[in-house]
Amino acid sequence: MSRLIKHHLFWPGFALVALVVLNTVARPRFIEISVQHGALYGAPIDILRNSAPMMLVALGMTLVIATRGIDLSVGAVMAVSGAVALTIIDGSDSPGSVGTVLIAILVGVGVSLILGVWNGFLVSVLKIQPIIATLVLMMAGRGVALLITDGFITTVTSDPLKYVASGHLLGLPFAFFIWVAAVAVVSLVERRTALGVLTEAVGINPEASRLAGVRATGIILGTYVVSGGLAGMAGVIYSSNIMAADANAAGELIELYAILAVVLGGTSLAGGKFSIAGTVIGVLIIQTLESTILFLGVSSAQSPVFFAAVVVLVVLIQAPAVHRAARQFVQRRSANVPDITPGTEVAR
Amino acid sequence: MGHNDAMPDQVPEEARVRPLVELAGGTVRFGADTVLDGVDFRLFPGEVHSLMGENGAGKSTLIKALTGALQLSAGTILLDGEPVHFRSTHDAQQAGIRAVYQEIDLLPNLSVAENIMLGSEPRRFGLVDWAQMRRRAAAVLDDLGLDIDPATTLSHHSIAVQQLVAIARALSTDARVLVLDEPTSSLDAAECAELFRVIAGLKERGVAIIFISHFLDQVYEVCDRVTVLRDGSLVGEYLTREFLRVDLVQAMLGHNAEALRSRSRLQVVEDDAVRRPFLSVRGLSSQRRIADADVDLVEGDVLGIAGLLGSGRTELARAMTGVDRADAGIIRIDGAARGPRGPREAIALGVVYSSENRRTEGIIGELSVGDNITLALQAQQGILRRIGGARQRELAQSWVEALDIRPPDLDRPAGTLSGGNQQKVLLARLLALAPRVLVLDEPTRGIDVGAKVEIQNLVGDLADNGLSVMFISAELEEVLRVGNRVAILHDGKIVETLPAEELTPDSLLALVAQGSSVGSAPVKEAR
Repeated sequence: MSRLIKHHLFWPGFALVALVVLNTVARPRFIEISVQHGALYGAPIDILRNSAPMMLVALGMTLVIATRGIDLSVGAVMAVSGAVALTIIDGSDSPGSVGTVLIAILVGVGVSLILGVWNGFLVSVLKIQPIIATLVLMMAGRGVALLITDGFITTVTSDPLKYVASGHLLGLPFAFFIWVAAVAVVSLVERRTALGVLTEAVGINPEASRLAGVRATGIILGTYVVSGGLAGMAGVIYSSNIMAADANAAGELIELYAILAVVLGGTSLAGGKFSIAGTVIGVLIIQTLESTILFLGVSSAQSPVFFAAVVVLVVLIQAPAVHRAARQFVQRRSANVPDITPGTEVAR
Repeated sequence: MGHNDAMPDQVPEEARVRPLVELAGGTVRFGADTVLDGVDFRLFPGEVHSLMGENGAGKSTLIKALTGALQLSAGTILLDGEPVHFRSTHDAQQAGIRAVYQEIDLLPNLSVAENIMLGSEPRRFGLVDWAQMRRRAAAVLDDLGLDIDPATTLSHHSIAVQQLVAIARALSTDARVLVLDEPTSSLDAAECAELFRVIAGLKERGVAIIFISHFLDQVYEVCDRVTVLRDGSLVGEYLTREFLRVDLVQAMLGHNAEALRSRSRLQVVEDDAVRRPFLSVRGLSSQRRIADADVDLVEGDVLGIAGLLGSGRTELARAMTGVDRADAGIIRIDGAARGPRGPREAIALGVVYSSENRRTEGIIGELSVGDNITLALQAQQGILRRIGGARQRELAQSWVEALDIRPPDLDRPAGTLSGGNQQKVLLARLLALAPRVLVLDEPTRGIDVGAKVEIQNLVGDLADNGLSVMFISAELEEVLRVGNRVAILHDGKIVETLPAEELTPDSLLALVAQGSSVGSAPVKEAR
């Protein structure tokens, strides 16, 4: 039991389960899943589907944060990617063909990768502080997206594009498969190759890593490229969801939610050790919380405060200081009981 | 060790004075581990008291308990004869007990004055009174006889000055007990002399000082009394002037003492004709700290580098191993003229470097011992060929055993190991690369006597197996013992390179100090 509690995913997992349980208690309908036309529907399925953009962005953010960095440009990159993809579809003769949509997505993600290279170049080669380096693109990116769409919100009609965010595969949302695949690929690459441990080494102690012969520059640059690419895919999913490229609303504030998800998942902003599974749980916590707000009918005026209150609570139950205080409280209570086994836990 | 039981009773004049701080039966347990076991310790006003023992003996645990950083599991602390209970370092500081640690915990981008007055800034109308702050800081510095401008930024000063500022900060709060943990590890001789002068002044004012250092000479120079710990237990308390050095080492090491004596100077390579320089440097200049240096590192040979701090010994090592870019000069490795353009390239050419800054440029603290050991090899093999699972464990385990890294736990974060064991992990990381040239910058600094001897012996064994080693140390005696040849570095120039057997500590000391400005203080490290 104590080993379970000490596991780094215990408290994030606990918070997620607690949220789901609270929702279910408040309204048992919450976990009901129904089948319509061979596809599953229900609040949990919505959460898995709607998580996709934030999940992709947070996944990239996890790697960037592991190198002691931060990527504020992800929301703007989403806007650019959506604008590029939809402008291609809009300008095409056959917006409904799978080929057109595939090309549009590839170009959108490709442009995002290039933006990631830009960020990575500023951070790893020019050694500009990550928060400043990515702030540049955060501010400029939406302007670029507006230039691409000529200042309009580009709307398209294209069934293949609609499928990305709204389609179903094997009864489950297609978007869910996209983020599961991204998480699986990134996890495999990080943990089956040496990339993960070298990334952590660079994040914990860059100079010691350099002296040990680690290619710190390349590794750091790579994380920003991955972050850019994943943000690009997130932008496509966002656009597919509303079937429009909205340069101002796409990925708005998503960088902050992604950072929150990473931290909720137990990865330290100081860099170093990272947990992809933790980030997945972090995103699901945030997404479940947003559903909760809708589900409980919290008015839109109150929802930010409600959201913040729950986040504070989740952060608190993970804080070591709170754990210590709780332990001392329990010990003090049990100290009044005469017979207690000595030496099990030494107060420090 | 006959004095073990008798000594504490023979303390003549101090016995009439009440101890300022007394620890009785101090015990600290972490789970099932007892790291401090019923230790008695006393500290009198106006004395300098050394705490000696190998790493893991319990020195830092005792210090942490006295300074409130750690709570005792059993035992009591008496201050002026009254039992006290420190819940935090703040409590201890309120009671006048301050510690200055090896890794200085100051704020480098604030001014000297701000650092000294940190936490006790003079206030006027709720705002910081800057003028008074500067005045008071200046007064504290003046009191210590230090000529430092309080308005300057701390990071512009040398480590030595920063150390003195840390002491000034402790004294600004009227500390009665000052703990100095390895205060001299980064200081050169003149700076040590300055520190000892400050210590003598404090002593006269009745401040009690706990002085922890691995330099036996310094312990004998400044300390009145020494308490020896071993494996968490008290060995004894002794008056320094009556305690022979060999007995002190014996007390610290216990049965290991023989190992220290058995190691004689390494064998001198005789067939020079066969041996060729694997790495050879001509006319190297770097960072304006090294000028026109010629160095040959020969296979199977240890070149000791002797020089004061600031003589350019670190800059020489860094330029040779590609860590810093050299400004001029030719580096030949294995006959070919190709200066490494970075540590990565140097490693590929078989040249590895261990930095003097173990913590900031060596160990990846939060990664496990296993990951730390295989890091460089992994980096060299590339990202795709991961060294993981059973193979990594086997590889790391073999190094943990070969170098006797303790505790032998591959999953433990490397940062939690003692200094000596961290150094061994670093050596394991480099040796796993099967290098041809090993450049060691102060590998034995700040580590205990036992680990020091092990590392010295290891260097000898490696050279016997054909490795070229460059060994930098501030301790001249160590350079003489480990090196076959010794290069003497002075003011960025190699003054001379001589076979070690032609040198004695005294003659080497003369060479190292030669040419330095007239009237500079004698070298303290010299044995």
